[in-house]
Amino acid sequence: MIRFDEVSKVYRGTARPALNGVSLEILSGEFVFLVGASGSGKSTFLRLVLKEERPSSGGIHVLGQDLGAISSRKVPYFRRNLGVVFQDFRLLPNKTVFDNVAFTLQVIGKSKGFIHEAVPDALKTVGLDGKAQRFPHELSGGEQQRVAIARAVVNKPAILLADEPTGNLDPETSAGIMALLERINANGTTVIMATHDAGIVDRLQRRVIEVIGGRIVRDERGGGYKTQAHPVVNQGFGMAPSALPVVAPFAAPTSVGEQR
Amino acid sequence: MRIGLVLSEVGQGLRRNLSMVISVVLVTFISLTFVGAAVLLQMQITQMKSYWFDRAQVAVYMCTEFSTVGGCDQQVATPDQVALVQAQLEGITLAPFIDTFYFETQQQAFENFQEQFAGDAVADLISPELLPEAFWVNLIDPTQSAILSDALGGLAGVESIVDQRSYLDQIFDILNVSSLTAIGIAALMLVAAALLISTTIRLSAFSRRREIGIMRLVGASNRFIQTPFIIEGVVAALIGSVLAGFAVVGIVQFFVQGYLAETLPLTSFVGLSDALLVVPILLGAGALLAALSANVAITRYLRV
Repeated sequence: MIRFDEVSKVYRGTARPALNGVSLEILSGEFVFLVGASGSGKSTFLRLVLKEERPSSGGIHVLGQDLGAISSRKVPYFRRNLGVVFQDFRLLPNKTVFDNVAFTLQVIGKSKGFIHEAVPDALKTVGLDGKAQRFPHELSGGEQQRVAIARAVVNKPAILLADEPTGNLDPETSAGIMALLERINANGTTVIMATHDAGIVDRLQRRVIEVIGGRIVRDERGGGYKTQAHPVVNQGFGMAPSALPVVAPFAAPTSVGEQR
Repeated sequence: MRIGLVLSEVGQGLRRNLSMVISVVLVTFISLTFVGAAVLLQMQITQMKSYWFDRAQVAVYMCTEFSTVGGCDQQVATPDQVALVQAQLEGITLAPFIDTFYFETQQQAFENFQEQFAGDAVADLISPELLPEAFWVNLIDPTQSAILSDALGGLAGVESIVDQRSYLDQIFDILNVSSLTAIGIAALMLVAAALLISTTIRLSAFSRRREIGIMRLVGASNRFIQTPFIIEGVVAALIGSVLAGFAVVGIVQFFVQGYLAETLPLTSFVGLSDALLVVPILLGAGALLAALSANVAITRYLRV
């Protein structure tokens, strides 16, 4: 489904690579947490999957396609197979909930009939069927994120990328969003979620990929936000040992640094 | 569906950037008016050239009693000398190049002069003796006046040989320079127009960056994203081009035909049909300019 072969990414003007020799494979239908401090390379990973960036070296295959071989003219068509959700929702403030979701389908040339079938369907999936005519500013944060998720899945993508989708939400609302993402995953969509939310990661016990300084330091199925099994992996990546959590997963968010 | 969507985006963009759009309209208007004027001036020059060059004659002036140059010695050319020149013009060397020629006596020259400068003070100062006798020659190929100069230049009694085209050339040089000036100004203005269009498009894209970001994310094709912006630029430039078209037609109708043609009735001027020929050129140039600069601007904005 997604395969990285020794992928490195160095942004222009920086010496330190954002990703450094990353190899991994994500299978169809998996639910993957991408954890690590801000600046560790999580977003770069997601952008590479989306082909918003090209790797400095290494090969990336997504959905059976070699991203290095896709011409820039074909990239939009490739992206139609992916849904993306962000921490800041990115809704269009002057469009209603319905139009926000429909916009996705309009701009890729779907017919009116299809849109009028697919959009209510997607809104129902995310639990917003009564609020199609509201505007984003009339909704709570959790509801806005649900609109964003509806927009991401309305075209039935094979992969859903979520970049800290619960970053702006309170724990209770986050739990609702996670239940929704799990439901979407259960329907066969591969979900890759970058997050800082230790509680969520620990509770769901899914595959966890931890990135530090552009390297994968842990790839664990059924793992938590911090593993006690290999605490040694953090050494040598610029972190003072005292900053490491001595006790337990719950200490993790404060020690791993920036919360936005 | 998609066309409707694209057009509504275009309308939104034009409304949102109204002041920039107006400046694009004005700059394209002015620059294309200059282009149109330059084209019309070139047409005018071509038209006048073909008109006047066909009528341009070569004058073989004979000596008067006041002339000292050429084969003259302050003596009126004798009838023998005149006959010799005429024989030369009719002879086998020159005849093949000559269409027609006629002889003008001093009295005829005087009458022509009086007619031409009627009411001018100089007409009273001139007497027939001051004006030379002359052969007026129409050549088959008006560019070959050098043949006459070579053959007749050294003859006794011939004062000088003058190709009227040399007078015309000066006039055409002046017209040419002014049309080149118009083209130069037009080129500068067109550069300004192109830059202004690309700035406008970039502003427009910036004000719609949220939409563009989402469109790129969900896989809208590049062409779909770019088309509204290009149409936006083309619409603004086309409005300017249409105004320039009206201006060019107006200049021809009211200034050239209404004023110049009345004042200088003997000269033929460019007409409305010429102006209407220029209008589609202006429209095409405006649309092309806008499409290119908008395309460059939006492509650079969207580059991954």
